[in-house]
Amino acid sequence: MSLTREDVTYVANLARLEFSEDEVTALADQLGAVLDYAETLSGLDTSKIKATEHVLAVQNVFREDEIKPCLTNEEALANAPESEAGCFKVPRVME
Amino acid sequence: MEYEIVIGMEIHIELGTKTKIFCSCPTEFGQDENTHTCPVCLGMPGVLPVLNEKVVEYATRAGLALNCEIAHFSKMDRKNYFYPDLPKAYQTSQFDLPICTGGVVGIEVDRVKKDIGITRIHIEEDAGKLLHESADGTLLDVNRCGVPLIEIVTEPDLRSAEEARAFAEKVRNILEYTGVSDCKMEQGSMRFDVNLSIREKGCEVLGTRTEMKNLNSFRALIRAVQYESKRQIIEIKKGHTIIQETRKWDDTKGSSSSLRSKEEAHDYRYFPEPDLVPIVLEPAYIEKIKSELPELPEAKKKRYIDEYKLPEYDAGVLTTTGVTARFFEEAVALYNEPKQISNWMMVEIPPLLKENELSMENISITPAQLVALLKLVKNNEISGNTGKEVLKEMFSTGKNPGDIVKEKGLAQMSDAGELEAIIEKIVSDNPKSVEDIGAGNDKAYGFLTGQVMKATKGKANAQVANEIIRAVVAKHLA
Ligand SMILES: [Zn+2]
Repeated sequence: MSLTREDVTYVANLARLEFSEDEVTALADQLGAVLDYAETLSGLDTSKIKATEHVLAVQNVFREDEIKPCLTNEEALANAPESEAGCFKVPRVME
Repeated sequence: MEYEIVIGMEIHIELGTKTKIFCSCPTEFGQDENTHTCPVCLGMPGVLPVLNEKVVEYATRAGLALNCEIAHFSKMDRKNYFYPDLPKAYQTSQFDLPICTGGVVGIEVDRVKKDIGITRIHIEEDAGKLLHESADGTLLDVNRCGVPLIEIVTEPDLRSAEEARAFAEKVRNILEYTGVSDCKMEQGSMRFDVNLSIREKGCEVLGTRTEMKNLNSFRALIRAVQYESKRQIIEIKKGHTIIQETRKWDDTKGSSSSLRSKEEAHDYRYFPEPDLVPIVLEPAYIEKIKSELPELPEAKKKRYIDEYKLPEYDAGVLTTTGVTARFFEEAVALYNEPKQISNWMMVEIPPLLKENELSMENISITPAQLVALLKLVKNNEISGNTGKEVLKEMFSTGKNPGDIVKEKGLAQMSDAGELEAIIEKIVSDNPKSVEDIGAGNDKAYGFLTGQVMKATKGKANAQVANEIIRAVVAKHLA
């Protein structure tokens, strides 16, 4: 198995996810299997292939620096679960 | 034991584009909360960001001005972290292939010149603003979200607060010249992060460093570096180890405190931004931007010394900011007396700017008005001292110097006949001074000159007056 329980807990913490002990074991197995499968790629000889920095073979898609209309304050806040004084309101964060 | 301070800096600079980096919302500062947003900068699902071409141009220009290599191929990446100032939960930035690498900026501190290496410059988006004024939560303004930034990362080449300041000022001057940013610190257009560590002098290995983020003035930069270096040296002397951590600088208290330790290490899980395609810059594009670069402070300073024969000090002061240099050049174009213009710009103008709460950006007199004043002084129509009074009046009223001189009757008395009568009387009234001069005490001349100035309310042409005083005194002694 290429993935430890510690790896799973670490990644889960970064993603702000919480798992039970059983779930961690199961995920270590499942994600490990996925990674092992991806590992088969390392068996290929890629010495003559250019590194892929980006998946799309397109480059330089730009827009002009021109102002277009914005949303109104009401529109911007329309989907906000909570708002106050023209702002999105979120649980208090430490400064 | 002698210790050495090792500093590396990260400077964030907001680019002066009209619109945001990935959407067409305006970047204008100081607007009502959440009025400059759209689905892209609000981080709505399913939107497609498109890179602003001006951001690429400005970043290239900044990189060239700071002597960097411009990458032929660069790309955008996602930097993931959870903080409500970023609605997307990631910042679009550049990770392994930034747009500029390997620059250098020369600084001078206490007459010692030094090169500071620039590791890289990358483009990224600014975050929103959190307002901590709600009773039971935190408020978010998304207006700043997506404002384009460049982040300039230096090598750990700086060794003191003074060097850090000199470097930061130099970068600001250069970028202000190139027009990529207004570098207004009070609006957050330029912010500094400082990485600082201490080591024994002569030691090659770097010590453990701490990081201080978002210092937003030169004063905060200097004080934070001084405080943190002192703190670390004290810790080391006590035999403690320095903990690698982020510290928050409190400019009001003048101290820093631990924010988070490296244990909850930043793991930003960078990955290539799939919604934005790579940036490929051809040599012709880079060459064109290079050819359009304005004359930079260093070159301008050298030209002022060569072309205008100004002392190095003057040339340095006048080229400190682009606006000051432009004012000077406009004045010199109208009136070929560079040293006279320089003296007035360096000595007389700064205190008046301060008094009127102005800066060179919004100065209330024009170069043409200054030139008109200097011509009056040069032609002896008014004295230097009167000139200063007139300049003060020009600052507060915006009137032309000629009009002020006329209105207030400040024109200098150069008429020998008129002066002679006044001086004859003063010399007659002060026989003691004449006696003193006769006894070889030349200081008495100064007293007589003072009396003449008093009698003429400072309007006497000093040179003419002095000649007449000497003649009259000689006559009395004969
Ligand atoms: Zn937008």
